[in-house]
This record gives sequence, structure tokens and C-alpha cells, in this order.
Amino acid sequence: MSTPLIDIRNISVGFTGKSGETLPVLRNIDLRVGEGESIGIVGESGSGKSTLALAAMGYLKRGLRLLNGAVAFQGQDMFAQSRRELEHIRGGELALIPQNSGQSLTPTLRIGAQLIEALRLHSDVPDAKHTAKAVELLGQVRLPDPDAIMTRFPHELSGGQQQRVAIAMALAGEPHALLLDEPTTGLDVTTQAHILELLRDIARARGMAMVYVSHDLGAIARVCDHVVVMYAGEVVLQGTTRQVLTAPVHPYARGLLASIPKLSDPRLPVALDGTPPAPGGAGAGCAFVDRCALAQDRCRSARPELTPQPGGEAVRCFFPEQADQISLAGTGAEPAKVAAADEPALRLEDLSISYSQPGVFDKILRRETARVMTVDGIEITVEKGETLGLVGESGSGKSTILKAVAGLLPPAGGQISVSGGAPLAREVEYRSADHLRKVQLIFQNPDDSLNPRHTIAEILEQPLKLYFGLGGDALYQRSAEILERVRLGAHYLDRLPSQLSGGEKQRVAIARAFAAEPELVLCDEVTSALDVSVQAAVLDLLNDLKATQGTTYVFVSHDLAVVRALSDRVAVLYQGRLCEIGPSASVYATPSHPYTEVLLDAVLEPDPDTAPTLSADDVVEMSPPARGCPFQRRCPRKIGAICDTDTPPWQQGKDGHAIRCHHAVAELSRLQGVQTKEQVS
Amino acid sequence: MLRMLIRRLFLGAVTVVIVSMIIFTGVEMLPGDACTAFLEREAQGKLLENCREAQGLNRTAAVRYFDWATSAAQGDLGVSANGSKSIAELVGNRLKNSLLLAACALALGVPLAIFLGVVAGLWRDRPVDLTVSTLAIFAMTIPEFVSATVLILVFSVWLGWLPGIVLTSANAPASAFFPEILLPVLVLTMVMTAHILRMVRSSVIEVMAGDYIQMATLKGVPYWRIVFRHALPNALLPAINVVALTIAWLLGGVVVIEVVFNYPGLGRMMIDAISDRDLPVVQAIALIVATVYVGVNLSADILTMIANPRLRTLHMRRG
Repeated sequence: MSTPLIDIRNISVGFTGKSGETLPVLRNIDLRVGEGESIGIVGESGSGKSTLALAAMGYLKRGLRLLNGAVAFQGQDMFAQSRRELEHIRGGELALIPQNSGQSLTPTLRIGAQLIEALRLHSDVPDAKHTAKAVELLGQVRLPDPDAIMTRFPHELSGGQQQRVAIAMALAGEPHALLLDEPTTGLDVTTQAHILELLRDIARARGMAMVYVSHDLGAIARVCDHVVVMYAGEVVLQGTTRQVLTAPVHPYARGLLASIPKLSDPRLPVALDGTPPAPGGAGAGCAFVDRCALAQDRCRSARPELTPQPGGEAVRCFFPEQADQISLAGTGAEPAKVAAADEPALRLEDLSISYSQPGVFDKILRRETARVMTVDGIEITVEKGETLGLVGESGSGKSTILKAVAGLLPPAGGQISVSGGAPLAREVEYRSADHLRKVQLIFQNPDDSLNPRHTIAEILEQPLKLYFGLGGDALYQRSAEILERVRLGAHYLDRLPSQLSGGEKQRVAIARAFAAEPELVLCDEVTSALDVSVQAAVLDLLNDLKATQGTTYVFVSHDLAVVRALSDRVAVLYQGRLCEIGPSASVYATPSHPYTEVLLDAVLEPDPDTAPTLSADDVVEMSPPARGCPFQRRCPRKIGAICDTDTPPWQQGKDGHAIRCHHAVAELSRLQGVQTKEQVS
Repeated sequence: MLRMLIRRLFLGAVTVVIVSMIIFTGVEMLPGDACTAFLEREAQGKLLENCREAQGLNRTAAVRYFDWATSAAQGDLGVSANGSKSIAELVGNRLKNSLLLAACALALGVPLAIFLGVVAGLWRDRPVDLTVSTLAIFAMTIPEFVSATVLILVFSVWLGWLPGIVLTSANAPASAFFPEILLPVLVLTMVMTAHILRMVRSSVIEVMAGDYIQMATLKGVPYWRIVFRHALPNALLPAINVVALTIAWLLGGVVVIEVVFNYPGLGRMMIDAISDRDLPVVQAIALIVATVYVGVNLSADILTMIANPRLRTLHMRRG
């Protein structure tokens, strides 16, 4: 066997803790990547996967240091290279595609200048041809109008375009290997699918090796031949993609897979309880022992080694043959159904919202300006106890609608009413205490929504004092009770948010919302900042609260599978206009609006045997078209001129399922049915 | 971009007009006026009446404000209360001197501050950073009159290299102030360098820890190229505003230094005018300083916008 391209031998990386001890982030990792191979590294946040990928480039983040082991690239020790040699290899033979290209491109340099810089450093192309070559690279990553992109600044591009530029830049040095650090995290499903297909094609065509770091098993399934599962800085399972994703023999890998919501399974995913040990916090035994359902005495006293299995995979577990006792399928709870035929909990009537405010001068001159409506003509009724999912790509207006309902963004027109009462005031400062109590909002990131200097008790007491005037013992009792309800004990009351894990913080945020005994809870991407296993626990909690409290949710997420797991009904938005609304089962099945179809086709399932269908471009539209159907420019099922000129009618299906399209429901069924058959054959 | 430029200019002008009203009202509210100050004890009865008549002080405040503002806009700041000299000329000389002092301090201080700030930021927590940062704290915390006195003691009393006090008269040409101006310039440079370098240092540290610097490193860009091409254009953006504030401070707020060195600048003239109750001069200086503040900050904002592509396109898109 020839020498591998990337050869990581027994490396450990750590940092110095507050009391001077060395805390390991990576522990004795071996990894080999051969020419043209693609390897996925998966794990939750803190598992050390990004650190490992960057270590392959001989790079450690500030504060980290190499404790032992060596990394070789093409036989050269990366931690023993001179600065000059490293500069030669990095971006040349070994290129990185970073997680957040928006922040990884220098904001003051034009795209062209940054690409040409990479060419100048790493390619044989003569200087005079750099511009032409840069344009060619931009074309290869399928960016429209490469000449125009060359003169743009990074912030003038969309997230997907920035990611393509980063790929083009990585290709400039004609690398032998690409390191990809969560390259599609934060992108819309359609964009993600397009980028992954592009990467696959390019890697195949050029025979490049890839190291793909991601928490997204769907993406890994699509791109990688081999997968390495990391937990607490160790490799716990290593094998082919099929082995790891279809029949993993490590309990953690099985738990991780089970915690992912899947489009094909409408049940809730199974949560993986507990949290991974902090660096240096693992005891003498297996690092996973505290969360393992199959843990035995031996697991607590001795640390398992990575052992080869008959099937060819390697696993760090004493009892891999028992792993299949943990189910992979979502044996999680059925979504609670508590919809009651009462007054509707929320009614949006002809709601429209605009971000463009009339300017000072327009106000002085009393000038009427045409405002671009970010959200327009939204008519939705949510029954009491029902969960409405709002889905759509970024810019679809789903969070904007939540903000308007919460009163954080005054609508330009239309009415919002809760529990059949009088319409809510447009702005939150004019709402009555009762209205404020009834509508509660949970934000995406608890780090931003919880005051870091308030204890959990103070955070929970605010709504209790404000809406119920509680004090003294009653206040304490109630706070403790609410914490129990979100499965945190009363001992959390004295803690500060920084002393809690991400999932615990989000539970506190949920507890704060429920302390107000709301009728309507608005969830804005509440699980997007969480790891999958934690996400499953939060979904389970929300479902539980719904079952016991009969709460109504409006649940916004870009993750279609998450929405499916929790929602009774789903509304699909494009450019702030409703495309489709109906019971989740109907929306997620055919016939559906062409936009819903595009979204669903692009979803990546953690299954190596599925492939996304890319039926529409992932162009980002800045504003909706003035007339006709909002989806006219990207629609794969466009009829013709009528789509450009006439606003499509609502086509009624079964059980209140409605699709806003010029195609009749029967016609959509026919078109989409035929396509599915083609896919099968 | 052009629209926004016009808008900012307009708003700047409005600010100056409002400030001029506040100045006028403030001076108006003080007991006494130019005539009571000029006539002193005789300021009563017919004499006072005649004086006010001659100065136009018995007209309504609004009319006097309008009169003052319009002539000030044309560069005529009136005559001083005591000497009947043209304020424009008096203040003009002082303004020239203040500008000279500011220009020298800036020419020395800004490049020095940026250099030291960048060095300290790049070699964060190393000896060079610790030295620079500690010195900066000293320069900032020691009161100006103390450092001025120490410098006079060292350079003019002990070493005898530089004159310790300015004896040149206010209306002398700029070249006549050398080498007397050097010591005040040195003191000002110390203080402003400390402020700007601390800002630059923290900005450099922040930028160097950023994702795009890590990306440039992993793209194989040589270190110094990263510093000059990727980091500094971003790290120096916030420095523009600090430099602008420093300029405004140098032109209006260095009274202590001017007094210690007997330097005939605007700040000292203001103090003198206040103690002489020379209200037209006070008004004129306050107006000039306010205009400088507005003008300098406006230029800084525009400069930032030109240097920062994000802001530039933001305003272009809005028209």
C-alpha cells in the first residue's frame, strides 16, 4: 500500500486549564486518508472534529498545543515544517473550505483580488492570465456571471455564492486534498444540496481526497466513502459510510442516528440524554459511559480501545455486538394531538409587513413611497392546541411573521388576533398585559435571549411577578415547579446561564415562556443552535408540554424534518407569500406546490442510498416579482405567461389542504406522480 | 452615495445652526453685556443707553441673532467688545496657530500611534506589547500640565536644548514658532498617541483573531502579506473616528497646554475672552470650535464610508 496522503498518527491536542493542568481536546487519534478518498468526520459540538481537520493542516487554534503524535501530509511532518513550507502546502496541495465563508472572506478585498491572490501564491498560471483563470474558476463552481462576481465585495453575495467562491479559491491551487469544515451549515436546503453535488462532481473529476467535517449525517451520506464518528475527542467508530449510517455498532453512533428527525418518519426522534464530558472530565472508563443505555461495570473501570471488527469497521466499545439493542428508528413519542374546536388561538388576517420605513425626508415632505412588502397577504388561522409549522428558505419571511405576532415589528397592514379576542395592538408597547401574557416568543439562541447576569431564578421570576404578582414563597414554589416541568431541578435556580449547557439554556428559555401560562408560543428556530441529540430532547419537551398544557405553537424552522416531527399543520412560504398550507401529512406528500416539491427534493437523509433531486436553481431573489406568482422565476413546473402576470388561485385539496398555483391539484398530482416513477426506475 | 453626502452635509449645517443658537442663548443669559463690561462702573443711565444704541444691543434678541449669524456665515464675526478690533482677524491668527500646533502633533502622533498600536497588537502579550501598553497608560493618566512641566524641566532647564516657553506673538508667521512649538507638540503627541494606539492595538487583536485571517493563513498567504493586505485595512477603520475626535480636541480643547507654554492658540484666547467678558469673541470661538467638530466628524464618517466597502454599498443601494 502506498503512503497515505494525510497520515495522522496518534495525535493528542490540548490546552492549559485555569488551574494549570493540561486538558485534552483530542486524544490519541489515528486517521489515514488516501488519494481520492473522501472521509467524513462526524460528532457533536465539542467533539474535536474541527480541531482534528485543522490539525491536518498543521494548524491549531490559539491556546491549543500538540501534546503527542504527528501529522504527515504527503510524507511531510506538518508540525515540523518551516513557515515558508507551510505557506506552500496550505492552499496549494491541501486546501480548506471553511464553515462560514461570509466571515472567511476578507471584507475589504474584492472577490477577484482574493482569487487572484490564491492563484499567484499557488498556481503555475502566468500573471497575465490570472484574471481569465479566476473567471474560469468561478464558472466551474457554477456561479452565474463570473465577470460581475469578480468585482463584488464578499458581503454583496449570498451565503451560497460566498461558499462557491470559497470552493473556487480552494481549487485555485489544484489541491490533492480538500478539508471541508461544515461547508454547508447555515445554508438553505436547496443551496446545501447544490453545493454538495458540486463538491462531489469536482472531487470525482479531479480525483481529490476530501475530509468532510460535519454534524449533518445527511450531507456526509451524500459525499463520503468512509465515516469517522468522534465523541469527546476520541474516535469511537470508523467504517464505510454504509456501515456507519445503516448498521452502526457503537451505542453513541446509534443514539446519534436515532436522534435525527427524518422526513420518512413522522414520529418524534429519540433523545440522547446527558451531555458529553468536558475536556479532561472523562474518568477511567469509557467516555460515553454516562449516557450509554448498555453500560456495564467494565465500561466504568476500563477504557475501551479502538478494535477492528469482522466487518472491517473499528469501534471503541467492549460490547459492539450488543449495540443493535438500541433502535435506529424513531421510536420516539407520537406527536401529541390536542386540537380543540374552540375559538382559534391565532388568526392572521391579510397580514402584510414591510421592512422599508419611510425616510425622514419622505415624512417631512409627506411623500408617499411604494413600500416593498416583505410579507404580504397572509391569511392563517391556528386552532387552539394546534401546532403550525412555518417553513421556507431564508428570506421567506417566516421569522418576520413571528416578530409581527410578538409585536416586535409593526405590520404594514392586516390584523392579528389571539383567542378570538380583539385585534392585538401593532406594537408591543401598546399591548395590554393580558395580551402580552398570552403570546410568548422563544428565540433561536438562548445565549442571546437569556441575560447572562441574571440567575435562572431571576429569569423565571420576571414573568411570574409581572403577570401574576407572585412573591415570597409562592414565587419560589412556582419557579421550582416550572423548572421541574422542563425537566430541570430546583437546584438550577441559583445558577447563571453560563453554567448551563446549550440544551439546558434552551429549556430555561422554554420555561420562561411557559411561566406566563401563554395561549400561544412562538418558536423561532428554537432547535437550530443545538446539537441533534439535544434537539431531540427539546422537541420531546415541547411535545410533552403541548400534551399537558394544550398550548398552541407556531413553529418556525428551516429544517423540514424537524417541522414535520412536531407540526399538525404546515404552511410553506416563499418570498413572504403563502404557497401551500395544510395538514403536515398532506403537505409532505404529493401533490404539493412546486416550491414545496423543490424543498422536499433537496432534503438530505442520513442514508447512503438516497440522492436529492435538484429541480430548481438555488438563486437568491432579492425581492418578490411585482406581479404573478412569487415563485415564477425558479418554478420547475411553470406553465407560461399566466404565471408571470396573474396571481395564482388557491387550489383546494382534501382536509383543508390548499395550494396556491395555476395548476389544478389533479394536474400537480399527475406531474409529480410521473416524476416519482421516473426516479424509481 | 451622492444623495447621502448631500444629506449628511445638510444635517451637519443644521447642527451648526442649532449650536450657534445655543451659544447665542447661553451668552445672552449671562448677566451684563458688552457695554456693561466696556463701561464698567460708568455703565448706567444715558451712557449705557448710548453705548447699547451704538452697538445695536437694544434690538430684540432674535434680530441680533439673525444679524450675527448671517454675518458670521459670511466670515464677519463682528468686532471685539473692548478694542473694536475685527474678531475675524484676531481669531484668525489664533486659529492659524492652533492649526499649526494640531498639524505638527498629528503629523508626529498619528503615524507613531498606528505603528506602535499595530506592533503591540501583532505581538500581543509579548515584552514589546507590555512595554508599549504600559507607557500608553502612563501617558494617558499623567495630567498634561505635569508631563509638560517635567519636559520643560528636562529639555529646557537641564539640557537647555529647547525653549521652555513660547514668546512669539500671536500674529507672527508659522515659521517663527520653531523651535518654541516643539515642547507643546511633544506633550500633545504623547497624550494623543496613547489614546489612538490603544484603540489600534485592540482593533488589530480583534481582526487578527477573525475568521478571514485564519482563512488567509490556511490559504497559504505569507504572514506579512496577511497583515498588510487582509488585516490592516480592516483594523484601521475604527482609527479614523478616533483621529477625528483627536483633531477636534487639538483645535479646541488644549487650553492647559496653551497656558503652560504660553502658546497663543484658540483655547487660551477663549479663556482670556471669558475673563474679559468679551462676549463677541467667546461666541465666535465657540462657533468655530463647534464647526470644526461637526466638520471633522463628518469627514471621518465619509472617509470611513469610502474605506469600508460594506457601508459604501449599503448607501449606494439606498440611493
